Amino acid sequence: MLPGVEITSERNVPKPGMTWRSGAGPILLLGALVLLVMAEPAFAQVPAGRDYGDFPVIGGRAAVWVAAQVHLLFAAFVLGVPMFAVVTEAIGMFGGDERYDKLSKEFTRLLLVAYSATAIWGGILLFLLVTIYPTLFSYLAQIFNLSMWIYVGLFFFESFTLYLYYYGWDRWKKGRAKWFHWGLGIALNVWGTIVMFIANGWLTYMMSPPADVTVDTAPQMVQLWSALTNATWMPINIHRLIANVVFGGAVVGAYAAYRFLAAKSDEERAHYDWMGYVGNMIAIGALIVLPFAGYWLGREIYEFNQQMGITMMGGFMSWLWIIQAFLIGILFLAGNYYLWVGMGRIPGAERFMPYTKYMLAVLIVGVIVWATPNTMIASREEFAAMGGTHHPFLSVLGLMSGKNTAVNFMILTTFLSFLLYRRANKEPVVPWARTGTIVQGAIFVVASAIVLFYGIYGYMVPTLVRIGFSVYQVLTVLACIIGVITIDLLMLRGATSRGEIQWGRMPQRSQYALFILAVTFTWLMGLMGFARSGIRQHWHVFEVIRDTSPWAATPALGYSSVVISACVLIFFGLVAFIFWLGSLAEKPVISSAGRASAAGGIQSELQPAPSEG
Amino acid sequence: MNTKPWKHPLGQAAIVVVLAYVLFEWGIWLLPPLFGVASAPVPATVVLQYMGTVVVGVLIWVSDSEERWKQFKAPIHRVMVDPRQKVLRTALMVTIPLLVAFMTFDRVRPTVSAPAALRSVHPAPPGQIDFRGETMVLNGLENPLRHEGDLEEHYEEGKRIYVQNCMPCHGDALDGQGHFASAFNPAPLSFQDPGTIVQLTESFVFWRIAKGGPGLPREATPWDSAMPAWEDLLTAEEIWQVTIYLYEQTGWEPRTWEEEGAEGEEH
Repeated sequence: MLPGVEITSERNVPKPGMTWRSGAGPILLLGALVLLVMAEPAFAQVPAGRDYGDFPVIGGRAAVWVAAQVHLLFAAFVLGVPMFAVVTEAIGMFGGDERYDKLSKEFTRLLLVAYSATAIWGGILLFLLVTIYPTLFSYLAQIFNLSMWIYVGLFFFESFTLYLYYYGWDRWKKGRAKWFHWGLGIALNVWGTIVMFIANGWLTYMMSPPADVTVDTAPQMVQLWSALTNATWMPINIHRLIANVVFGGAVVGAYAAYRFLAAKSDEERAHYDWMGYVGNMIAIGALIVLPFAGYWLGREIYEFNQQMGITMMGGFMSWLWIIQAFLIGILFLAGNYYLWVGMGRIPGAERFMPYTKYMLAVLIVGVIVWATPNTMIASREEFAAMGGTHHPFLSVLGLMSGKNTAVNFMILTTFLSFLLYRRANKEPVVPWARTGTIVQGAIFVVASAIVLFYGIYGYMVPTLVRIGFSVYQVLTVLACIIGVITIDLLMLRGATSRGEIQWGRMPQRSQYALFILAVTFTWLMGLMGFARSGIRQHWHVFEVIRDTSPWAATPALGYSSVVISACVLIFFGLVAFIFWLGSLAEKPVISSAGRASAAGGIQSELQPAPSEG
Repeated sequence: MNTKPWKHPLGQAAIVVVLAYVLFEWGIWLLPPLFGVASAPVPATVVLQYMGTVVVGVLIWVSDSEERWKQFKAPIHRVMVDPRQKVLRTALMVTIPLLVAFMTFDRVRPTVSAPAALRSVHPAPPGQIDFRGETMVLNGLENPLRHEGDLEEHYEEGKRIYVQNCMPCHGDALDGQGHFASAFNPAPLSFQDPGTIVQLTESFVFWRIAKGGPGLPREATPWDSAMPAWEDLLTAEEIWQVTIYLYEQTGWEPRTWEEEGAEGEEH
């Protein structure tokens, strides 16, 4: 008998305790392979098994929130500042005024450190997302992977374009080389804008995914382009593009204010006074058109989902709009205050000063109307006295007609302040100057009358008609601004001067208005960003991926305000450090500009010299 | 320097602040009724909000001119440093902290009334509701009776339903002044108010009638509406009919859906 046969026969007899060693190895191996193959999806699901991580003390959501918000604030800064760095460089190139070129370079110097901060906070955000929201991130990465790679590539280009732009400033200063340098500035803006558009695609997808994407749609089945170009993508792009200019202007204004207050010489004060003025004008100028982009975004949100729209404007988030009204009221007041105080350093401005109190009255009434809540915070006794949650007399101010009218009057008043500031030291010489001024006044009166008419008539028509009225009001104000400024430009051609602007002779308190502008803008971005993001409520991707984390509930306004305020503090703490670094890096290039301005020689582009044609 | 207080910036600032307070606290409440316009006391939070705005405005006014700013500060500075003003200074140093302490105490002392609350009267409607076991999608939903049957008949039927069920609270003039109204806090809604049904689509009104106070979403807290959920007592057709009555009787046009989207009411 062959031993093997014997063995085989023995194997055919099961024995107690028989194990794999007794020859079941190949079968078990096969079984193991089968199991392994079957288990592969299970392995792939391992990260999905842990949907949410945590973060000590403040929790996962707050950690991601703070990282995202601070990253966004830096990103807005590094996208906004290059826009007017390029514009001011162009003014310097084409106008032959070197001051603008130097101003532009100083802006760009701030960018270098801010850029690093943006990238660092972007990295923090990414790591927090991956560790705290792994499943959501995996889902988004499956849809947006290609765009993420492009994003990183563009970020790389953007960084090196910035380095070339800054470090090549003095090397490519003349002739064609200067054009090349300016081209770098434009490229920097192009890269930055595309980067922002891509990131906007990701976040707007979470708000308004395409209609064909449902709970059952696998992420691999979602078309990248349709996911990026969702309903709210372009409105957010435009809104953020303009807001970045506003924000950049405000932060540069704050930088100038800081340097003004720390200045040791009249030259420095003159330079930073002028810089603050330019930053403020850019911020306020861009702010005037920002509501139109916001309006478009609001409409798109409503169109995408009515529930989302009502949550935002009439429901839980509605009180944010009252806070927003307050903060924008502060912006208007601070912007006008800065102009009015600044008129103290312009010879000839004293003839306009008596009017500022009336303009102030319009602004204050405007803020009061705009910030009047339709649903008031009241005790039960007060509710009982009012006979409900609506105040019988004041509730009319809580409606859109009253608020739109108020804000349009505030824009008109701010424009008038700017006009008076601009004209303060000018003496028109054209023969039709008086007629021109009367026509300008008439345009203001007609525009005000139209705004008021639609404001009152709005209470007498159905809601949808009333919504259309706000467009008429806005167009009227825009037409007024364009008409009046056109006449002004023509009228002041060759105007004589009543005296040069005494740059640097600005009271210190005026500089705090610039700080207030920057802080208020930052706060607004955080608050309204929360509104935009929070209206998704308990969804990561609205009606597609549900938030099942412990932080799924929409945070209360008080808690949100605290988190956002913390973000603002973190941002400005870091920005203050950057400003300080800016003062360490090199002395401000004010030698020629400062001296000229101290001697009363500086005329800003927004304040053309009387002798210009 | 002006000696008359009302010609001095500090005096003028004080006068403006006091007048503003009188206007907000009592003027808005008492003046409109003299002209036949309804009004009521203004909630303390709103008065605070208005006064904050006015004080900021006053500070801007006194400081936007260097000369006025110096005039404004001069008496304050004098009281703070002039040895001859010691008595006044001491009095102020005692009075102001005491006043602040009292206000703080008054704010935090326990009272029997509930604290002031924010209430969302127009909570976002759900995308769809369950009505008597059937799913009803609210987004884009129109009142079907506007295109079915005779509108006059619907109006009359709606009127009957309203009088039988709604009038005791919402009143025969639809102004929220029904017989039982004074028993509720918050009071029943006035449909005549330009801030209520005129802001809403008929589907929203349907949802509120059908689900009432118990069906309010959590964001509408404090959840203290006494409105019953009518879905157990009225049919869908009856709710649509009474909705027609509300709009026809008040003269308001219901908000309609627009193809391009819509803008919401601001608060």
